[in-house]
Amino acid sequence: MPDLSPVWLSVALAAITTMLLLVIGTPLAWWLSQTRSRLRPVIEAVTALPLVLPPTVLGFYLLILLSPTSAFGGFWIDLTGDTLTFSFTGLVLASIIYSLPFMVQPLVSAFEANGRNVMEAAASLRASPLDAFFRVAVPLSARGFVTAMVLTFTHTLGEFGVVLMVGGNIPGETRVVSIAIYEHVETLQYADAHMLSAGLLTFALLVLVAVYALNRRSAVRVG
Amino acid sequence: MSAEVLRLKIDLKLGDFALSVDEAVSAAGVTAVFGPSGSGKSSLLRAIAGFETPQAGCVSLGSETWFDGERRIAKPPHARPVGFLFQDARLFSHLDVAGNLAFAECRSRSASDSFEAEELIDILDLAALLNRRVEHLSGGERQRVALARTLLTRPKLLLLDEPLSALDQARKSEILPYLDRAQARFDIPTLYVSHDLDEVAHIADRVLVLAGGQVAMQGGTFEVFERLDLILPDGFDDRGVLVEGRVIDHDARLHVTHVDIGGDVLTMPRAEHLQVGAKVRLRIRARDVAVATRRPDAISIRNVLAGKLIDLKPTDRLAEVDVRIRLRGSEVKATLTQAAVQELALAPGMDVWALVKSVRLAVT
Repeated sequence: MPDLSPVWLSVALAAITTMLLLVIGTPLAWWLSQTRSRLRPVIEAVTALPLVLPPTVLGFYLLILLSPTSAFGGFWIDLTGDTLTFSFTGLVLASIIYSLPFMVQPLVSAFEANGRNVMEAAASLRASPLDAFFRVAVPLSARGFVTAMVLTFTHTLGEFGVVLMVGGNIPGETRVVSIAIYEHVETLQYADAHMLSAGLLTFALLVLVAVYALNRRSAVRVG
Repeated sequence: MSAEVLRLKIDLKLGDFALSVDEAVSAAGVTAVFGPSGSGKSSLLRAIAGFETPQAGCVSLGSETWFDGERRIAKPPHARPVGFLFQDARLFSHLDVAGNLAFAECRSRSASDSFEAEELIDILDLAALLNRRVEHLSGGERQRVALARTLLTRPKLLLLDEPLSALDQARKSEILPYLDRAQARFDIPTLYVSHDLDEVAHIADRVLVLAGGQVAMQGGTFEVFERLDLILPDGFDDRGVLVEGRVIDHDARLHVTHVDIGGDVLTMPRAEHLQVGAKVRLRIRARDVAVATRRPDAISIRNVLAGKLIDLKPTDRLAEVDVRIRLRGSEVKATLTQAAVQELALAPGMDVWALVKSVRLAVT
């Protein structure tokens, strides 16, 4: 039986990242879906960068940004006494960056699919913009939220390159499942690698089946 | 209670289109906003509701200002006491019918004791629909729910943006009585956008005619219908007159209904839902009227009315002439060919017979 602590660490990282990204990504996605600003394509491109950049490139820049000698990393040490590199907190920050598109893009699509029309209807029924957002836009985008959260969670669970660059391999702190599997393979402990890999594979498959099944059911009900 | 005034001074540019209106409308009863598509009817309503912001102007109801370009006032849509009924209903699909109504009900801040939701549900026959999901409603039912939802905000002004245009003829006649009932009970000043003259003739007290983003005329419904052919293109087949009549009786054997129009009796296909004695509005299109100089004795047309020819007016179509004929208590118009006018030697002052081929009840 392999050491299961990397599993729990991965789950904690994915859960915290998903929650924080929900808070950050929702307003960003809303802005992107509603704005007529000329800045929109630029912001969209920046948001989508993690999809196309090699994880090592992203990890390299994050490492520099978070390192104690950088302005931000130094500020963090002054504030908390801890370094951001090779720490769990640093991993959370890095995960928020590289999983951002997985939260934002499904939400933008969902908000755009609702269209302005329902928001106008809500306004004509005396709902303020904030009221209309929470009582109309969010419930109508429920599927988009589920998709965005599941994709963010599973993607964070499976990321390897950025984690290795920024977090290294410290048991109980930054040694997540993907890193543990890599190390098991390096040290020829194939049985342990098999168990963790199979577990991750099964989990990912089950989650995706659940998401697609849910989408199908709602689609039928809506149509 | 004298009616408040809806002040509309709106300069609105949307792409290539420009709406320029400077009008005071009496906020009482139903004012139809009529015009061909692209004339700015919907833009006008959207500017009143606050969905579009004019470049300049002023929108106010009584002493309440909703928009003033100079004083930089622009109340957001949700802060205007306006009810908006959209062409496509726009019900919330994540809520059932009751949920849609509750959404409006719990946000209406104004005198909410003006009427109870139960009464409205009763008037619009919605009780059986309350637990239905909105995607399971028919087009007519959707529009009824949307109307109820809008009325539940207890608006001071009701804006109806072609509420029937997405419905077929049968559905329209299903909805119109509900609009009438709601209007009779709640009496909320209404602007009703339509490009359908039958709807306008049926529901409106006054008509505001828009053409090319400008007001072409405003006035009482009968008065506007009288002058409508001055601004409608001659090719517009709907030219004609609107007359008011009273139902005399129904003939069950021949399946006809007799209507008195100021002393003359018109025979029309039986409209049994009308009560004897009820006031009705009838449209008689100029294309449906022929003229004879002697009373024809063997003819299939049932409505042969004696009258006096008042005037002849050439139309843009060289081959056609519009003539007006004075009946006992009303007038009809007829579109004739130039050739017919010459052969019959028609001239103002002549006694003629108006042959009315068909009469449209402005309720449909």
